[in-house]
Amino acid sequence: MNLSGYDIVFYAAAAFALLTTAIAITRANPLYGLLNFVLSLLGMAVVFYTLGAPFAAALEVIVYAGAIMVLFLFVVMMLRLDRTAIARESGWLTRTIWIIPILAGAALGGELLYGLLRGTGPTHAHHIVSPQAVGLELFTSDIAAVELASMLLLAGLIGAYHLGRPARARD
Amino acid sequence: MNAILLSLIQAVAVLLGITLLAAGLTFAERRLLGFWQDRLGPNRVGWQGTLQIVADMIKIFFKQDWTPPFADKIIFTAAPIIVLTTVVLAFAVIPLGPLAGIMPNLNIGLLFFLGMTSLSVYGVILAGWSSNSKFALLGGMRAAAQTISYEVFMGLAVVGVVMLTGSFNLETIVAAQTRVWFVIPQFFGFLPFLIAGIAEAHRLPFDLPEGENELGAGFHTEYSSMKFGMFFIAEYASIVLISSITVVLYFGGWHGPWLPPAVWFALKIGAFIAFFILLRAALPRPRYDQLMSYGWKLMLPLTIANLAITGALMLGGIE
Repeated sequence: MNLSGYDIVFYAAAAFALLTTAIAITRANPLYGLLNFVLSLLGMAVVFYTLGAPFAAALEVIVYAGAIMVLFLFVVMMLRLDRTAIARESGWLTRTIWIIPILAGAALGGELLYGLLRGTGPTHAHHIVSPQAVGLELFTSDIAAVELASMLLLAGLIGAYHLGRPARARD
Repeated sequence: MNAILLSLIQAVAVLLGITLLAAGLTFAERRLLGFWQDRLGPNRVGWQGTLQIVADMIKIFFKQDWTPPFADKIIFTAAPIIVLTTVVLAFAVIPLGPLAGIMPNLNIGLLFFLGMTSLSVYGVILAGWSSNSKFALLGGMRAAAQTISYEVFMGLAVVGVVMLTGSFNLETIVAAQTRVWFVIPQFFGFLPFLIAGIAEAHRLPFDLPEGENELGAGFHTEYSSMKFGMFFIAEYASIVLISSITVVLYFGGWHGPWLPPAVWFALKIGAFIAFFILLRAALPRPRYDQLMSYGWKLMLPLTIANLAITGALMLGGIE
């Protein structure tokens, strides 16, 4: 196998993303879990970049890591987690709780392995997707998905507005 | 191999330049503030106080580097590193002159800058959380809410420039401004961008995360010695960063008559840095709710209207 620089970066970033995701789901302290998840998203961004999707990589950093996870962090900070909360949390992470996730993960992993061995999996052909191409695609052929997502966001907005109003005005 | 070595040397040069500039700014700011507020400022160490930086550095290096026993050690140490790293990394995409800069040709350069500024808020939030004290936590929360709000219209404001050039590449954006600087057609994009930039750098009048009359020192209350020094340098580095990106996006980058490009670039950045300092000298600090409603109720509609009008004019064929 002939590894180019891009390939090395790709595999390193993918391994990094996998490792940090594994750490994220096994932490009892939700803040550490979140931070590892942020690292995993950054790893994913590098993976996207090496696959020739720089726009997706940038959005991964700006939107997921830079905005959504900050909101999660914001909420976790407000919860004021102390030692008792973390101890309770690790009490929930018993051995039996891992059985179903491991089975489901094994099924997915098996499918992935099957695809890879058949050789039909996507190889990273270096075809760079420009931001313009993404935009055109979004607002022509994928317009239905964009509209659905915007409707979902509108519903969220109305819900937030309702919850945010003073209690007297809500009745 | 030579190309790699060359860009490595360039990167180190830029890194050192920014750090030195940021250190120099700590002195320049205090002198300028003194001048504008009709007092002297530091003028005792060396000629006109020029050695003040050295004195400050000696002081900050020899202070005890104290990590509070109630803090979360790992995150407490990581926070200032995150802030400084993301600010310095963002300089990688800034074109400093024709063919100068570390990678000004990156096809997602502008997005890279936005990504780095949005990541730098982690450092501030985590500093607030890991300090495990009320003042720091409140400062961190304010920083989180403020940065997320102002980031929204910072991103929307630059879309006007992207629409006019059709590229996220900062070198292309500079090249598109040979005739007219984008500040003229995009004035209502420039205004929100600069304001959001000031908010991202946590500078007065948007320095509520560290509002000292109510929060001690805000998110870095528990920090001392060089860990505090990193926050301090990062703040000045981000002033330089916001100034340079504003010049690149709206003031024609290095373009200008007669003088060499590097001189023009330095002059323009210098003017913006001075403007940042003048703002601190002149403006009071708003209340927190004023800050938030100003962002969401005034700036966001303004940027959206700017986008709509720009789009309509472009569709109509008027430049």
